[in-house]
Amino acid sequence: MSSSMIIGQYIPGNSVVHRLDPRSKIAMIFFFVVIVFFANSVLSYGVLTLFAIGSAVATRIPIRYIVKGLKPVWFLIAFTFLLHLIVTKEGEVLTTILGWELYKGALIQGAAISLRFFLLIMVTSLLTLTTTPIEITDAIEQLLGPLKKVRFPVHELALMMSISLRFIPTLMQETEKISKAQASRGVDFRTGSFKDRIKAVVPLLVPLFVSAFKRAEELAMAMEARGYKGGEGRTKLRELQIGRTDYYIYILFVLVVVGLFLTRN
Amino acid sequence: MDISFQEVSYVYQPKSPFEYRALHNLSFNIPSGSFVAVIGHTGSGKSTLLQHLNGLVQPTEGEVTVGEFRLKAGEKNKQLRALREKVGVVFQYPEHQLFEENVEKDIAFGPMNFGVPQEEIKQRTDEAITSVHLPKEILDRSPFDLSGGQMRRVAIAGVLAMNPEVLVLDEPTAGLDPSGQREIMNMFARIHKQKDLTTVLVTHSMEDALEYADHVIILNQGEVFMQGAPADIFQKKKELSEVQLDIPEIIQFLNQVEEKFNKEIPFHRQSVTELAKELAQMVKGGRDHE
Repeated sequence: MSSSMIIGQYIPGNSVVHRLDPRSKIAMIFFFVVIVFFANSVLSYGVLTLFAIGSAVATRIPIRYIVKGLKPVWFLIAFTFLLHLIVTKEGEVLTTILGWELYKGALIQGAAISLRFFLLIMVTSLLTLTTTPIEITDAIEQLLGPLKKVRFPVHELALMMSISLRFIPTLMQETEKISKAQASRGVDFRTGSFKDRIKAVVPLLVPLFVSAFKRAEELAMAMEARGYKGGEGRTKLRELQIGRTDYYIYILFVLVVVGLFLTRN
Repeated sequence: MDISFQEVSYVYQPKSPFEYRALHNLSFNIPSGSFVAVIGHTGSGKSTLLQHLNGLVQPTEGEVTVGEFRLKAGEKNKQLRALREKVGVVFQYPEHQLFEENVEKDIAFGPMNFGVPQEEIKQRTDEAITSVHLPKEILDRSPFDLSGGQMRRVAIAGVLAMNPEVLVLDEPTAGLDPSGQREIMNMFARIHKQKDLTTVLVTHSMEDALEYADHVIILNQGEVFMQGAPADIFQKKKELSEVQLDIPEIIQFLNQVEEKFNKEIPFHRQSVTELAKELAQMVKGGRDHE
């Protein structure tokens, strides 16, 4: 369980980004993901980067923490860049190193693709950093609402999502607890041959499954006891609401989009 | 085995927004053979403390010594396995760790990991199942078919079968009925004496601490708030209320007797029956003076 991995982690806060309606966030990120592919000049990339970094700053989460948390992704980005340098053969040759030619096109394209990659991951992780899983599923349920007309089980899907998200931390805790208990009975999860390590997982998995099934049964029973019967006619405790801040941010976002298209080649 | 903590601090997830300091400069000594109760509120650092005893976590600062084993901040200890053989931990709700197809195999799991020879394992499982007061027939059954109380006992037997020298108990009676709680605690007290163990009991129950422990450590927000003999500690009503702990019923009663009759009955771990006799004596004695 790497604690430095921040993708999918929620950090409580009260910044503008935290307070935005989750539907606004999801919709804007969706559009952002699309328009990233329209950028084709230095200036247009600049506009997008500015927006992404500006949003990150607005979350009031320490930038150092975000940068550190994206560590595994940095590697992927660097890898993409290198791959482009080697494979792409466009434009003029800049230098030759040990018989291998570095093309200008390769440099530009590598940089552009890596930047795109970075922007996408940065913005999408901002969503999970500032939005609770419950908010995200609520928003998805509403955004998918129209699909109900074609008999798509939107509510059930959202319920499944929120239950599984809800139990991830519980299962993680359970895993840690049981692995500690077994470690103190002499199981060694870290060393030994591959076969030994597979064997060491059994005393961890069996109790984990047992408790997961028990939990699922208990949850189902508790839901039935309280008369749960699905989405039809069900009201919400937390009604999502688009506020004034959301409209300001929409305007800002439209400006960014306009800025992007003005600065394109 | 002697246990000592020297200025131990522990920080969860350092350098992140979730950074949490569970232990602050903790120092204390537990001499070999003692029965120590660690008491404190939820979040006072009890569980973190007990994980240090077994090398499950490494101190962020300071040093923990258990017998000849040393766990020092920033230093890797290569003898964790040997340490874990000597220190048996009964975690909270230990029945969650059962996994084998029958009880016998589950109890044998610990000793087997530590390389105990096969014949001795057989002997140890028999001994362990007897010490937790379960019939030997249960050895062939699946642990998942047992009742909650029986599962708890099987899990405890699994720890006892490792023949530890230090026994660490994390609220071993949580979720049991009152008679089950008493039985389990009496069992631990007996094993403690029989095998000359060093026992560390983490508990919420002041009554248990008073009855079984000979040394009490009270934790508050990761620091040692008070420590000493239980009879002394539990007299300090004012300090205890500061950390939202109550004094045990029997001491409370003795205090009230003192207040009302202006006579002190010293606490020496008497049972309720013994106390009743003493009281009768006192009342009688009082009449003689009239």
